[in-house]
Amino acid sequence: MKNDKGNAVNAVNNNRRQFLKTSAAAAASTSAGALMIGFHLPAIAKTVRSVKTTQANAWVKIGSDNAITLICHRSEMGQGTYTSMPMLVAEELEVDFSKIKVEMAPANAAYVNSLLGGQLTGGSTSVRDAWTSLRKAGAQARMMLVSAAAAEWKIAENDCHAENGQVVSKSGKKLFYGQLVEKAAVLPVPKEVKLKDAKAFKIVGKPIKRLDTLAKVTGRAGFGIDVELPGMLIASLAQCPVLGGKPLSVDDAKARAMPGVRAVVKIDDGVAVVADSFWQAKTARDALNITWESGAGAALSSVGISTSLKEALAKPAAVVKKIGDADMAIAGAAKKVEASYELPFLAHATMEPMNFTADVRKDGCDIYGPTQFPQLAEGVAMQLTGFPKEKVNVHTTFLGGGFGRRIDVDFIVQAIQISKAVGKPVKLIWTREDDMTHDFYRPVSLHTLSAGLDERGMPVALKFRLTSQSVTARLFPAFVKDGLEPFMTEAAVTPYQIGNMTVENAIIDSGVRVGYWRSVSHALNAFANESFVDEMAHAAGKDPLAFRTALITGKDNERFRNVLKLAADKAGYKPGGKLANGRTQGIALMEGYGTYVAQIAEVSVINNAIKVHKMTVAVDCGMMVNPDIVKAQIESSVVYGLSAALLSKITFKDGRVEQSNFHDYPVLRMNEMPKVDIHLVASTEPPGGIGEPITATTGPSVANAVFIASGKRLRAMPMTSTALNSA
Amino acid sequence: MTKLNVNGRAVSISASPDTPLLWALRDHLKLNGTKYGCGMALCGACTVHMNGEPIRSCSTPLSACAGKNITTIEGISTNGLHPVQKAWVEFDVPQCGYCQSGQIMSAVALLNKNKKPTDAEIDAAMSGNVCRCGTYQRVRAAIHKAAGVVTNVKVEA
Repeated sequence: MKNDKGNAVNAVNNNRRQFLKTSAAAAASTSAGALMIGFHLPAIAKTVRSVKTTQANAWVKIGSDNAITLICHRSEMGQGTYTSMPMLVAEELEVDFSKIKVEMAPANAAYVNSLLGGQLTGGSTSVRDAWTSLRKAGAQARMMLVSAAAAEWKIAENDCHAENGQVVSKSGKKLFYGQLVEKAAVLPVPKEVKLKDAKAFKIVGKPIKRLDTLAKVTGRAGFGIDVELPGMLIASLAQCPVLGGKPLSVDDAKARAMPGVRAVVKIDDGVAVVADSFWQAKTARDALNITWESGAGAALSSVGISTSLKEALAKPAAVVKKIGDADMAIAGAAKKVEASYELPFLAHATMEPMNFTADVRKDGCDIYGPTQFPQLAEGVAMQLTGFPKEKVNVHTTFLGGGFGRRIDVDFIVQAIQISKAVGKPVKLIWTREDDMTHDFYRPVSLHTLSAGLDERGMPVALKFRLTSQSVTARLFPAFVKDGLEPFMTEAAVTPYQIGNMTVENAIIDSGVRVGYWRSVSHALNAFANESFVDEMAHAAGKDPLAFRTALITGKDNERFRNVLKLAADKAGYKPGGKLANGRTQGIALMEGYGTYVAQIAEVSVINNAIKVHKMTVAVDCGMMVNPDIVKAQIESSVVYGLSAALLSKITFKDGRVEQSNFHDYPVLRMNEMPKVDIHLVASTEPPGGIGEPITATTGPSVANAVFIASGKRLRAMPMTSTALNSA
Repeated sequence: MTKLNVNGRAVSISASPDTPLLWALRDHLKLNGTKYGCGMALCGACTVHMNGEPIRSCSTPLSACAGKNITTIEGISTNGLHPVQKAWVEFDVPQCGYCQSGQIMSAVALLNKNKKPTDAEIDAAMSGNVCRCGTYQRVRAAIHKAAGVVTNVKVEA
């Protein structure tokens, strides 16, 4: 990832020419892109001709009809950015939030995520990155509108203020933003900006309704798969069953003769059939006879990978954290505890399978679809077409789920290559089977932990070693230095106050392509750490809640203490984790993305069948933009985490993924849904991320409850009844 | 040429009879509200009604639709929002939203038959609809709301 942080405001200034004075014609062409997102536009397009729309800055467009359009620069994949980003801008802009419109941003340096260094939605960073910058952008636009009004009235700016989409003078004169924006847009951008105190917020912090709900309950919301362009064809792509394999040759005679087939195109990753409709493309694709060069991947198997993980334990590891001398302290301890945990590959399995639409023309290239990384999409489009930045346009649609899968751009490259080959707009649609077998999988991991307890049963030393594959080494190699990989060791260091501690990580290459998967390594490391702290508590004969509480007494651990106590109180936690109704309670505690989480699973185990009845989640995620969306993300993370904890697993045999669809890659369904009881801590701390952390705490909370219920410690996921039976 | 009735309108679709109804709706009628999720009737994203019954359009060939009445998400309300959609709006159910057309079509079919479903009946009717964003708790609440049951009904935890 290019570490091109760049001040967003400067970037806006640099791009002013591009943004300012959008003519009606240009606004209409922008609307054509936005058509994919919201379907209100055909009606608007009729009126837009007489309306002049001016871009005040990278986030604010104002029409001469006073229509306010706010630009959403983070991909909407369910996590609510389409609502939360505009809320931040609107708070300072002083507009009626119920009347604003939202457009998705193009790829542009103005929209780089300062926490990630690219225009990228991921890492639970959207609110954390935008918290100040978007309010500032709203305030700057407002100040420029006020200046323009003051100049118009020839009075001091202090004698004017902004409210509800207009500037008002002390004497009661009023001008709508739409009457001021052209003059305001050419004024210098104010450098000194005073933002509202949180107590004065009118929009931020309120459980405002999402702006995308209506479109999503009426079927009108435009996802990538719904993109329609004049003259567009549909492609279905056969990829090598072995990951990394290439097509050698193809017999396409039968396919070419089938109805609706316009072309058969060989690209790097496979052979595409391009047809008038999806079913024609898919049927003809199934009639292709392709000879593959499987490559080195053909030898991969899950059994072999698991063996190589264990063999890698002998390899040296990089030290993430070291306090005291853990080896010596364990050697001299009254009691020793050891355990290892192993986690499988996982697919993202977004509901909308991968797809993208590319229109590669002689005069430029437009690409449309669901991506978490518009900047990289733009980059690969430039590379593949040879066009400069100005001739490449990225139109981000709604994403039918992301979870990290849509940070990768393999399917975008494919769509561009196919469109370029046929010289027409092409929508490439993967099948569910393509999606399941050609993911960038969450990496496998092996965690080996050991601890020494003193005569009172309290830990004096903890050793943690992680062996896993690095996603970052593939995507952003500059971030991996001296064997240390920050996105591999998240939540690897526990908050527990233990005098001697060694935390190490060893990077292996399993041969399988791996990707960022919701909560990334938090999900791996928190499973190991939070299972192991429970194992220590049980080995010491102590209650898991009391044991944890005794280890977070320090000044720095206040937020951990608060959430743990809150969760225990609200869950009605009983010492020993046993409830009167026969159910058991398991705890998990973690900080991730600046958010503090304590989670208590309420579980029963009958005939080795695990049933999760309830999840109590206490969260301190700092200040919130929209508490109802925060709650939705917590509910969401519980479900995503439970699928991983109880059901899903990707395995390899002869280089092929053995799962293909939801029958052999089961995910959580309505009948398995526990009640989720959420408690949010009122906080004045800076915002933390909320899209991911609870995904990580869900698994260990269940494992810990299952142990109390069954006496069996499951050290691998998914925790199926088969696993419990053989434990 | 297959003749059928979609959202109250007589249509003729010229596509191979093995074409799944889903792709006929999407590619031939440009009714894109119905979604492709799995192609094997495993996820429910493609749920529509055939003569009032919920079916998985990804696994229903066009040949089985001749002369049938098909209702899609675009067709459940002619003037504004169906009560189920209203309940969905009230609880802000959708996240990514991709599965929601299917969820709503399953919920409408359930409520057409069962005016006040219990949690167990909701589970039975809705477990074929996968949501990876995990909106199930809100789907359940919205169904109770649309059924006219008090929303904070004691949920069996």
